[in-house]
Amino acid sequence: MDAIQKRLLKEVADLDSLPVGAYNIRADGESAGRRSTENIEIVSQKGRPGIEIHVKDGTVNESMHIPVIMEQSGLKDLVYNDFYIGENCDVTIVAGCGIHNCGGENSQHDGIHTFYIGKNSKVKYYEKHFGEGDGRAKQIMNPTTVVHLEENADFEMETAQIGGIDDTIRETTGDLKDGATLIVKEKILTTGDQVAKTHFSVDLDGEHCSTNVISRSVARDQSRQEFVSRINGNTECYGHTECDAIIMDDAHVTASPELAANCVEASLIHEAAIGKIAGEQLIKLMTLGLTEQEAEAQIINGFLK
Amino acid sequence: MLKLEHISYGVEERPNILDDVNLEIDQPFVAITGPNGSGKSTLVKVIAGIIKPTSGRIYYDGKDITDLSITERANLGISYAFQKPVSFKGLRVIDLLTLAAGKGTTLTEACDYLSEVGLCARDYINRELNDSLSGGEMKRIEIAMILARSTGLSLFDEPEAGIDLWSFQNLIQVFEKMNAQTEGNILIISHQERILNIANNIIMMQDGKVVRQGTPEEVMPHILNTGCTKIMDKLAQ
Repeated sequence: MDAIQKRLLKEVADLDSLPVGAYNIRADGESAGRRSTENIEIVSQKGRPGIEIHVKDGTVNESMHIPVIMEQSGLKDLVYNDFYIGENCDVTIVAGCGIHNCGGENSQHDGIHTFYIGKNSKVKYYEKHFGEGDGRAKQIMNPTTVVHLEENADFEMETAQIGGIDDTIRETTGDLKDGATLIVKEKILTTGDQVAKTHFSVDLDGEHCSTNVISRSVARDQSRQEFVSRINGNTECYGHTECDAIIMDDAHVTASPELAANCVEASLIHEAAIGKIAGEQLIKLMTLGLTEQEAEAQIINGFLK
Repeated sequence: MLKLEHISYGVEERPNILDDVNLEIDQPFVAITGPNGSGKSTLVKVIAGIIKPTSGRIYYDGKDITDLSITERANLGISYAFQKPVSFKGLRVIDLLTLAAGKGTTLTEACDYLSEVGLCARDYINRELNDSLSGGEMKRIEIAMILARSTGLSLFDEPEAGIDLWSFQNLIQVFEKMNAQTEGNILIISHQERILNIANNIIMMQDGKVVRQGTPEEVMPHILNTGCTKIMDKLAQ
């Protein structure tokens, strides 16, 4: 692995060396390293690119890393990763994708992650998307996340795209059975001419299941963002979706929360707020001795932290 | 020492929000009081650099700061506690206290500032400064930030506004302690008799002008008379 790949790995998965536990590292469309453990087995998909991850029932306090890194300009990588999490598990999954593109052709990674979470299992899923290049071509990333939650399963996803991705369509869908919980926290920063579209759709099918979808984003320069979040409350359930965006310069943001209550016991809430940085926030930080630029940076960093 | 010379400020609809204000503030604890709309908050914002006066000069420790920015004044040693503290999504109490106190502040020091204002540091230090905090909690954190800055001049705009009676009792103690311990100057806008009584000097404003300035013994009778007079006037109408 060269220096650029190591840096990308650090950027997206916070890895300085090979991780503890199970891992699969995909570099430029090929496997660059894999390890299964006693409880977590990683195998290649049959007939299509990607991996299957099988986690045994009762696996607790274990983690797996599955980062993807790309530095070959012009590569278009499509990968299917399926996660089969057994019952009564408590595991952490660190994914993420980093693209370094210093060639004249677009680089693209489309990752389709499907999770089957067994009864009473708890999963924390972190993914970070990062791109960098010399500006001659685009870094494109289209992550799709599909989550199927069995009874009383709990899935918490933190996803961040903090820079360098020119085009992205981020699709996340979930379906929940009785007592299941799905929490999604998304952070997005777009600059220049970047475009980010993010679509959530959650079906609350089981009694007393719940979801909370929270998106915080900052759009700078001429960038464009689109946020669509749909929650279908099909039974006695609780759903909340929130989109909070800071808009700057000549950027453009649309937020479209959609709620569908198909049961009288469904309790659904949506909140959406788009606005520039409040003047009083800048003034407050300036009275602490920060310049306007420093104050702005603090507010944005805090907002996306 | 703070000196204001012929400070005026107005807008088209209200040309005399501040009307030729002349002040010298060199006592440790000075209170500004007066009816709503008398120009108190505007005056303090002018001192902090948030509002530019239409005319007049401001001097701080002999230096003309009239044309300095908010940041430059803050770095010269002027702190300002908002009447309505600002909330920040994502920034935590520890972040703001560290920014206020400067680099190198330890967690213990940050916690001490919270304890000073009667908040249990453990419960608050990592909380976001967002709408989940009550008005009283926000006020205390705002004051803790001023304590953390520990500057030569601290400006407070109605620290008692919007807080409950229980918090108010503690707030008075905070200011009594600050008054006893501080080495810098405190300038506080207040309507509260207990705060006014611990001031070394009271400035009374009305219609954009300073109408009276002196010790609590000198000024308080006029404030109380004014208040009673207004109530009697209203009852008579």
